Amino acid sequence: MTDTAFRPTDEAQLVELVAWACAEKKPLEVRGTGTKRGLGAPGNAEHSLDMTGFTGLSLYEPAELVMSAGAGISMAEVEATLSAQGQHLAFEPPDLNALLGTEGPGTLGGVISCNLAGPRRIHAGAARDHFLGFRGVSGRGEAFKSGARVVKNVTGFDLPKLMAGSMGTLVALRELTIKVLPAPEAVGTVLVLGLDDETAGGALSRALGSAHEVTGAAHLPGSLLAGSALPDALLSLGKAVTLIRVEGPSPSVAHRVKALRRELSDLGETHALDSAASRAAWAALRDVKPLVEPRDRAVWRISVAPMAGARVVESVGKVRPVEAFYDWGGGLVWLATDEEGAGKGTGERDGGAQAIRAAVAAQGGGHATLLRGSQALRAAVSVFQPQPGPVAALSRRLKDQYDPHGILNPGRL
Amino acid sequence: MRMPEPDAAVMGRRESIVAHLRRIVPGEGVISSIDEMRAYDCDGLSAYRQLPLIVVLPSTTEQVARVLAYCHKNGVKVVPRGAGTSLSGGSLPLADAVTIGLGKFNRILEVDLPNRCAVVQPGVTNLAISNAVAVDGFYYAPDPSSQIACSIGGNVAENSGGVHCLKYGLTTNNVLGVEFVTIEGEILRLGGKHLDSGGLDLLGIITGSEGLLGIVTEVTVRLLRRPETAKAVLMGFPSNEDGGDCVAAIIAAGIIPAGLEMMDKDAIAAAEDFVHAGYPLDVEALLICELDGPEVEVDHLIDQVAAIARDHKASTLRVSTSEEERMRFWAGRKAAFPAVGRISPDYMCMDGTIPRARLPEVLARMREMSVKHGLRVANVFHAGDGNLHPLILFDANKDTELERAEAFGADILILCVEVGGVLTGEHGVGVEKRDLMPTMFTESDMAHQQRLKCAFDDGHLLNPGKVFPTLHRCAELGKLHVTGGRLPFPDIPRF
Repeated sequence: MTDTAFRPTDEAQLVELVAWACAEKKPLEVRGTGTKRGLGAPGNAEHSLDMTGFTGLSLYEPAELVMSAGAGISMAEVEATLSAQGQHLAFEPPDLNALLGTEGPGTLGGVISCNLAGPRRIHAGAARDHFLGFRGVSGRGEAFKSGARVVKNVTGFDLPKLMAGSMGTLVALRELTIKVLPAPEAVGTVLVLGLDDETAGGALSRALGSAHEVTGAAHLPGSLLAGSALPDALLSLGKAVTLIRVEGPSPSVAHRVKALRRELSDLGETHALDSAASRAAWAALRDVKPLVEPRDRAVWRISVAPMAGARVVESVGKVRPVEAFYDWGGGLVWLATDEEGAGKGTGERDGGAQAIRAAVAAQGGGHATLLRGSQALRAAVSVFQPQPGPVAALSRRLKDQYDPHGILNPGRL
Repeated sequence: MRMPEPDAAVMGRRESIVAHLRRIVPGEGVISSIDEMRAYDCDGLSAYRQLPLIVVLPSTTEQVARVLAYCHKNGVKVVPRGAGTSLSGGSLPLADAVTIGLGKFNRILEVDLPNRCAVVQPGVTNLAISNAVAVDGFYYAPDPSSQIACSIGGNVAENSGGVHCLKYGLTTNNVLGVEFVTIEGEILRLGGKHLDSGGLDLLGIITGSEGLLGIVTEVTVRLLRRPETAKAVLMGFPSNEDGGDCVAAIIAAGIIPAGLEMMDKDAIAAAEDFVHAGYPLDVEALLICELDGPEVEVDHLIDQVAAIARDHKASTLRVSTSEEERMRFWAGRKAAFPAVGRISPDYMCMDGTIPRARLPEVLARMREMSVKHGLRVANVFHAGDGNLHPLILFDANKDTELERAEAFGADILILCVEVGGVLTGEHGVGVEKRDLMPTMFTESDMAHQQRLKCAFDDGHLLNPGKVFPTLHRCAELGKLHVTGGRLPFPDIPRF
């Protein structure tokens, strides 16, 4: 827990605060509204640096597809502003409040710092791919900027990439410049019913390898339909559902839904969702709603080669009970399992970390992150995929360059 | 162009370095004769030439690692080189540096269509990747105009773009993983066939690092299904303003074209004269808008684009009705550089990016500069993403014309920064734009970029003299007194 909360509102105050923390070696928890405090390893900062004083849009030019805003601007404001112009953040940032038991809209700075992206990641890229530039103060107490407001820019090192996903451990970001895109006019979803995980992976691969510009490819086993926001008529069937999304102008969406249903009809019964039903279903998947309950289970976010997803789940399932669904064409596995080991009462409490990481390694490698877990579990296991020695050493050297005194979010990464 | 002072001690040890390198890379892999090294004395920015100390052509990752470890241990500088097509001098040799060429890394290691990716060696050309998967209907999206020759390793180093960036992104958005060797000779694997490894995004910062952080020895790229169809609209406008407004209106209508290219009057005339693409000669600006994707969608959007063009006073408006016609629309644009080469003994290709809306103003200011410097300029423009390629026409054999062209080019790039843009959109900083970096970045901005360099290569052995106008010793960076004020760049000591 932190003692004092500092809330600077201009750059000079921010520089002064970080410089003070540097001089006094006082670690700071860099934070927005706190909705993502449960992500990453638990921090151990004495004081908090509240960035919600940096708000407001400083630039929004829809025809230039760009916006700049304070890091503390709420996601609700960002989304409403863009929506009024028919635009959106194409990387589809998730709202993890339900999963993590938090409240509030979250901030743009938080979304970028955690590099969060939703189902459209496979088509439009992650948060990192839309992050064009920033202004901030490094852990040395020095203000600087990087990047620009134009998409096509290779002038100097791409520091925005380094910041996206750095969880506030290098620089306190004050202002962010983001690429925005037109929101699709219509959305359609093709559903294939009753596929097992492995077959579903093949179906998603076929769809993504088609010319239909699929922007979402997910699979839910029959046991996880409860939180899925799918229409009741489908829920009552209790069958696994494979979802394939297309977006764009209405005539194009209608045409592609029809074509995909035809092309996948050999696999099983197909259905289609209209725009409204599609939006609800994909928002639920994006926000990991099917795994919200029961709340005492650990939830893992596993990123592997798309065709390896089902095999990872099968392999972990052999050593402990798991429930899992798939996004990103099978390459993103959301997996829930008890924090305690398969044999309850044995005292083993790694939330499946060992089994999951062994399975990932056996399937060609990837990344398993503990996204939800008790404080004790997050402290006991490595929340992020352990890195090979040279990569970890390089990451440490980067931290030392930007934050030599270890005052920005120490321990989070 | 001033480069770092060559290290006489290293140059004096040349024979011993050659002998050591031959032990690592046997046979013809070490080139030390002056005649043979001439082939490596420049890259695509051929105005600058320098013989390297030695050229090494390793053929395995292990050899690359051992060469780098040797150079690191012995304080020898290294210049990485792909296909040598850089337009910014990114692989310009140094007199006291070993040029490491990756040309022997020319194999496609794996095509994995179910996972929609390919694993390739860095010397494979950009186009070869697309060609290898074309039979299955797939391709690799970024398409720099040098794609027939440029290598994927060079694309990663430069974060290369192309005409389809607006819709499909740059190299950085299409690379899934790399194998990478540090200056110490450590071999790292970053990313893979999966997306978004957690932790710091080392893959993201290596992409576009212009050979300053290490050497890429393997690349995993994302493959896409080739679009079902592509159609193009050719539009001519009575003024640059009308053309620019039309571009803004297309984007504002929610349409993201696969390509959106603009040419000014001089570029149109040169191109038409060269390839007879059927371009109108009575217009000030020509726009080519290409849409790709599902046929129904392309037809739907083409109608919208045509309607927008009519609303913006298009005096010429043609929609391609066949693949041949679409290719003909593109023929002039794709031949724009050689077309300009025909009407002028030399030309210099600039590469700034600007916010699209500032285009008419920037073109007008450029015409004033053209008068001031007494040199003509033709403009081709990736209008969709604001990336401008002014071609400055000059004759290097005429007294002062090269210097005037360089000054004109610098003025254009400073203007790009002034209107909210950047010095380089896709060609890289290299040596060409190095000394202009302070127009865009403060000393603190650049110091924070150099911190990245210090984490990877604190001895500044990798590609020194590129990107940064001054190389501060890493230990001294911490003592920089940063006032937030911008140092006037002509006063900074240069190499």
